[in-house]
Formats: sequence, C-alpha cells, structure tokens
Amino acid sequence: MSEKMILIPVRSSKQGTTLNKGKLKEDYIQVTTTLEMNPDDMIKLELVDGDEVRLKNEIGETIVHCLAKKPEEVPVGTLVIPYGPPSSQLMDSDTAGSGMPLSKHMEVEIEKIVR
Amino acid sequence: MSENIKIVKDATCTFCGCVCDDMELHVDVEEKRIVKAKNACVLGKAWFLEHTIEDAPAAMIDGKEVSIEDAVEEAAQTLFKAKFPITYGLSDTTSEAQRVAVAITDYIKGNIDTTTSVCHGPSGLAFQGIGESTSTLGEVKNRADLVIYWGGNPAESHPRHFGRYAVTPKGMFTPGGKKDRTIVLVDVRKTKSSPVANILIKPKLGKDFEVLWALRALVKGKKLASNIEEITGVPLEALEDLVDRMKNCRFGVLFFGMGLTMTRGRHFNSGALLALATDLNEFTHFVAKPVRGHGNVTGADNVVSWQTGYPFGVNFSRGFPRFNPGEFTTVDTLSNGHADAALIVASDPASNFPKKAIDHLKSIPVVALDTKRTETTKDAHVAFKTSTYGINTTGTVYRMDDVPITLRPAFESPFPDDETILTGIKKRVQELVFARHHASGASGEAKVAAKI
Repeated sequence: MSEKMILIPVRSSKQGTTLNKGKLKEDYIQVTTTLEMNPDDMIKLELVDGDEVRLKNEIGETIVHCLAKKPEEVPVGTLVIPYGPPSSQLMDSDTAGSGMPLSKHMEVEIEKIVR
Repeated sequence: MSENIKIVKDATCTFCGCVCDDMELHVDVEEKRIVKAKNACVLGKAWFLEHTIEDAPAAMIDGKEVSIEDAVEEAAQTLFKAKFPITYGLSDTTSEAQRVAVAITDYIKGNIDTTTSVCHGPSGLAFQGIGESTSTLGEVKNRADLVIYWGGNPAESHPRHFGRYAVTPKGMFTPGGKKDRTIVLVDVRKTKSSPVANILIKPKLGKDFEVLWALRALVKGKKLASNIEEITGVPLEALEDLVDRMKNCRFGVLFFGMGLTMTRGRHFNSGALLALATDLNEFTHFVAKPVRGHGNVTGADNVVSWQTGYPFGVNFSRGFPRFNPGEFTTVDTLSNGHADAALIVASDPASNFPKKAIDHLKSIPVVALDTKRTETTKDAHVAFKTSTYGINTTGTVYRMDDVPITLRPAFESPFPDDETILTGIKKRVQELVFARHHASGASGEAKVAAKI
C-alpha cells in the first residue's frame, strides 16, 4: 500500500546538536533518517514506530524509519524530516532561475517496506 | 578533567545567526576542550563542547595524508587549471577568510556563491526588488511591542532569539518584557515555538503568499473575497485582527524564515512580506528581518557584496563580477554540469544539495576546508582539516542584523584556520596567474620585436 503525501524537511534542535558531534556519526544519521508522521496516516499505512518506509518521487528514492508525532505537529497528509542526505535524494535541482531548489513541500510517495 | 581551568568571558557562539556574545566558557587547558558553556543554549552547548581536538591529518590528497604545503600546491593547481572553478560555502568561517576566498575566485576567474543561495537567497532577490525596512536586534529588544515570526521555528533553530532579542527581554520601552509584547506565530504546523505565541495563524500549505497579499489588501483598506478562508485557511476575522494590531502597534517586526524562501513562490513570498512591512510604515514603525541560519552567513553576504557589488551567485569569468541567480548559484552550476572544480569552505553541499547537484560535485575535483569530516570532505581531492572559528581562532562575524562582532577564542588548535589555508592558496594562485600573464606578455613582446 502506498500514499502520496507532502514532505517537509526541517531543522530540529536534535539535528543541530548531533551535527556538532559529526555528520558521519551514528547520532546524526539516526536523526536525519527519522520520518515524523501523523498517527492517523500511520494507522492507514499499517505502520508502527520504527518501521522502515520507502519515500520516492520522480527525482529519486530513500529509505527511512517512521515515528508518530502529535497530530497538530504533523498534519494529516504531511511528513516531516530533518534535512540531510535522505531528503536530498528527493530534492529537485530546478531552481526556477532563483538559485533555490524547492527544499520544502515535496510531493512523495510513501510505502511500507516489508522485510 | 584537569584542574587547570581557564575562564573566557564574553566569548561568542557562532553556531547560528544569533551570534550570542555573552558566553562564559570554562576551558580545560591541558585537555584542550571546553567543559562548560555558561549562557549557551542547547545548540551552543553542543557547539562548544563537541569541538574538541581530534586526531586526524591536517591535509589529505585523495584520502592520503600529505603536508599542508603539498596540499596547498595541489589545491592551487587544481583551481588554476579549471575552466569553470566554483567557490562555495563560507557561512561558517570568519569574514577575514571570506575576503580571501573572494580574491582567489577573482584571480582564477571563477564563480563565487555562498550558502545564502539555498537559505535566504530569495530574500536577497526580494531586497533588491522591494527594499528592506530594517533595524538591529537591539532596537527590537528595546522597542518592539508586536513581534511576528513567519515560516520559522526559532525554538529549535535559534533557541535564544526569544530570550535575548525579541520575546522575553526587558527593553528601554518594553520594561515588562513579554508582558509588553504581542507575539504572533505564522506556520503551517504546530512546532516547539508555538507555546511562546499569543496568536497562532495556520495558513494552508503553500498559501503564505496569498495570506501576505490579503494582509496587504486589508492594510490598504480593500475588501477581501468572502472565500478568503477557503483559499488561505485563515479566517477573515483573524486577518482583520492581525491588521488592526499591526497598524496600531508602536514598533512592529516581521521575522521570517525558510518557510517562505524554500517553498513555491520563493522570492515572491519574501517580497510580499517586505512589501507588507513597507506598507505598514504609513501607519506606524514596522521592520522586517530574515532569521539567518549559520553563524556568519550574514558576513558572507556583506563581504561578497562589498568586494563584488553583489551578495551571492557572482561570476568572474569575464574578468569582472556578474550576478545571475539561477545561473551562477551553486545548485545551478553543479546540476547544469558547468563547474569543473570546486573550492568548498566550511560547508557540506554533498550532504544537503539536490541529488543531481551532488552527483556532479562527486564527478569533479573538490578542494574542501572543514573542521570535521563530512560527506563533502570524505570524497574531496584535497581536504584540509581546519580549526574552529570562535573556539580556536579570532576574527569577525556578522550577526543576523548585520552587526559585526569580534571573536574571542578559547584555546589553540594544532590545525590551521581557514584564513591561513586560503591565504596560502591565494598566494600560489596569484603566482600561477602572474606567471601565465608574464609568459603570454613575453611572447607578445617577442613577436613585436621580431616584426621590428
């Protein structure tokens, strides 16, 4: 089962503290591969905390693990992830003449990975 | 921890654009590390406590340890030989180092851009189109009675922005601190910043421009369409109430973040907000300030501006600076496949750029300077490990309100600073350029002599 949703990459304080340890260290990798989701969306996709999901769009794809957040923090149909190598895999390079790629509000398809 | 502790007062944190200069650092002199950072926020504490002296080579070529001199030579040759060399990053280093990076780029007729282009670059374009009603953060602290945060989450990205500058501090005309201010937060979702706000406004995803334009219309006394809530997600009454507060405050400020610049509309979003601030000056005093991310990204804008005339996305290939975002900005020079060598200073585009740009970056020789190992330094042709600005080296940084601040270092590092490495590269590049000019000049003179 897959759903189309809007991905919002963000800054988080945990991302800020872990990047000071080193961006190649486990803590930073853990933060930037954690996808925050609305609990209703997780139920719909039969997901529980820690499950792996595949995010993909016409640019690329990445695998991250999900974590339920309060509904008001992540509205239904949206996904939140701290910026990092996984979110870059989904970012379009077109800057529309501005120099800025659309780094937020990316349409992605999300599906549960069953191993 | 040893007993030899040195106290450094009024040190400056350069983690984010707040550039708080009231740090009290407790330094273990023998172990060469900071053990306590008084007054620092959670991000500042991590910044100071995690920047220790690591056992790593100061310079590497293709992953092998080399002398700094050999690495400087290889870096200079790499950049000199390239047809379209780019310089990028610069937001986490001193303005003294930034100045040298501009000079190198000028000598090699390259392209210089900073992390501004993927941060508030769109706001930079909007400033040129609309103008900026501005102030220092000191004025905000002392005067602002209406503070609006739009498209940002300072509680997580700039934790002391609230306490030091804009929400709770007691100012000259705001002696009651937060009691004397109304705080408005505009965001598409609830964040850790939300509890600080008196008023929360939640537009529909991607409808910031429409909300800003609706506010402008109301400020000018126009009537809004009856379905404005359906379009924007914000009730008409909430918009009218906000306009009433904006027109009747003594000193209002709009702080805006990546929620405007990184989404559809980009510079139009920033421009709409700047235009709203300008409109409001017909009724009261109103300013707008971008909330800047990296410690000296504002310095990068200043230095590149006063050296080239433009803030970012500048190309020297014709021997004079040209500004063209969308062409000379780094995501574009990489993803279009134009760049054939890169000088990356204190930045990690291999981690944060779009996939296509990263793929091209990995296909060209990169000269990288960073304090820690990153995705960018990992694959760099020439990699320098440098000391940390503000912790190991002095210099100048610009706070997000363009106020320059001098850094007080805490302890010495065995690694050179960015300015020293860049100065070495600049000197060698200069020699190579002069030698080439001399050679072509000499052959020209020889031809003239032969004709005579």
